[in-house]
Amino acid sequence: MSSASTSRIAWASVTPALLWTLVFFVVPFVAMGVMSLHPKAGEGASLAAYAQFFTNPSYWHALINSLEVTLIVTVISVLLAYPFAWILAFMVPERWQRLALMLAVLPFWTSYVVRSYSWLLVLAEKGVVNSTLVNLGLLSEPIQIANTRTATVIGFVHFFVMLLTLTIYANLKQLSPNYRKAATDLGASGFQTFIHVILPLTLPGIMVGAFLTFVLAIGDYITPQILGGNNELLMPQLIMMQIGRRGDFASASALSLILMAVVTLAYLACARWLKIERA
Amino acid sequence: MTNRLTRRLFGASVAALALIGSYAAASAADLNALVWCDHSDPNLLKPFEDATGIKVNVKEFEGTGAGLAIVDQSQPGDWDVMVIDTVDVRRGVDRGLFEPLPEDKLPMADIFPEVLMNQHAVVDGKRYGVTEKFGYNTIGFNKSKVDAADMDTLGVLTNDKYKGRIAIYDYYLPVMGLAAMAIGKKTSELTEADLPAIKEVLQKMKANAKAVTDVVASQTALATGEADILIGGGEWVTAGIAKENPDLDFSIPKEGAVLWSQSLAMFKDSKNKDNALKFIQYVMSPEGQARLATSSCYWGMPANKQATLTADQKKILRFDEQADFLKRAQEYPAPSEDLDKKMQDLWTAMIQGQ
Repeated sequence: MSSASTSRIAWASVTPALLWTLVFFVVPFVAMGVMSLHPKAGEGASLAAYAQFFTNPSYWHALINSLEVTLIVTVISVLLAYPFAWILAFMVPERWQRLALMLAVLPFWTSYVVRSYSWLLVLAEKGVVNSTLVNLGLLSEPIQIANTRTATVIGFVHFFVMLLTLTIYANLKQLSPNYRKAATDLGASGFQTFIHVILPLTLPGIMVGAFLTFVLAIGDYITPQILGGNNELLMPQLIMMQIGRRGDFASASALSLILMAVVTLAYLACARWLKIERA
Repeated sequence: MTNRLTRRLFGASVAALALIGSYAAASAADLNALVWCDHSDPNLLKPFEDATGIKVNVKEFEGTGAGLAIVDQSQPGDWDVMVIDTVDVRRGVDRGLFEPLPEDKLPMADIFPEVLMNQHAVVDGKRYGVTEKFGYNTIGFNKSKVDAADMDTLGVLTNDKYKGRIAIYDYYLPVMGLAAMAIGKKTSELTEADLPAIKEVLQKMKANAKAVTDVVASQTALATGEADILIGGGEWVTAGIAKENPDLDFSIPKEGAVLWSQSLAMFKDSKNKDNALKFIQYVMSPEGQARLATSSCYWGMPANKQATLTADQKKILRFDEQADFLKRAQEYPAPSEDLDKKMQDLWTAMIQGQ
């Protein structure tokens, strides 16, 4: 086959993906950029929508809140998911692994909104958690969990532990058992094998899962809105607030692009770090 | 082979065109309504559809901004009617969206005069919106958990006695209206100069609150006992669940409450103006009003005094007390665009604890 026809086939193969990206990413992205620069109809371009973010503490605090919550969720999810994935990959008998994986992804089968409202009821003052703790004598009276940042984190972690478990599990299963055998032959303890051999080899899987968690959590509106009780605002909530009554698409677009810039920075950091690890 | 394939393709194309044609014919008789959730109740729509053969296609939205954005993204003629805050009717008129409504074909004489809000719904002598439902953003509460006498004053907004037992309805205009009334200001006369004093009330209110809740969460908070008081609540939260939770009630404090009111408007570019008018007439009829007032999404007072509500429903809505309530109620704040933005920013600051 000539190089020209190979090139044509290659272009034909990537064209649908390019068109998809153009129509559903580039065009909306440019539209948002244009909208963000026109806060008032009939007036010229201005950076006012961006300026308000940097000059209004309530606005940039929303970004700080988002980063804090997302980082907490990502770290807790990784810490919980790794041992879970490890147990699934190495301790659960092969024939039960499929069932265990299915059980692990069960929460994905329910509606996101329904799941969040369920957590709200579970974490409420008269909910299962408080009632149990009070009945066990661990609390003298119910404490406020629902409508707090803790509730938001719990809701997120419940969802993302499953996602991370899947990515880390896939990574662990790809590892040849020979790595562990070789480390043991060379006198490494189980802990040393994990720290010096397994963990570095599974870091790409962890990073991909952590990045996915970060991206999905920082842009999520439902969970903080339902579980956080609006006791603080995260970026997606602030963005939605601009649209609800006032239909202020310039502010909403500017805030969305700022959020997107943060995600891009996180991606670049993640990609650079992974590159260094592999080098 | 090729001929057979061609024939099949032709046949399929004809069938598809016939389907499209029948859809288009069906669409012409349909009514496309941009509505709030209370209009999606089959109990409201079905009698109209059965009686007229007009299918009502509804799309729900929350907030005037979101609704107008949907219209901006649509083709002229896509929508026939819209539900809108009465104070925002003029926003639609200024954009050239609405058609004047024929007052002589609507039960204007039966509508509570206080909720017509002609200053917002009538422009240049023409009516562009007709109030269909109203109520109050006031104090909703569980009477078995609080001292009902405390609910008769807006002092409850900042009363430490109920610290940690209060939820605040997450909508800045009515709640800031209540805060303004609590310090003796009129909601219709708010200016930027009033914002620092309102901010103080909001901060105290937030310090005592457990959560700032949207519509569903507000109802959940009161129903589950997560909160005993809902600032900004009213019959729209308590009435619909009154049978299951008879202790839920609302008060109109001595300082008054904020009157909310929603209107129906017809689009200027509607292709089904006759059907649109029929729908508006149905919703404004005594039967339509009773069904709308007791919609499964949320209850509210029917604008038409002749609404065929049952005695129980009237009791829950406190129908017979409306004359007194309306006397004390103040208008929903309708700030200029700049003031609106500043009020929203103040609300944001309150939530962020700043």
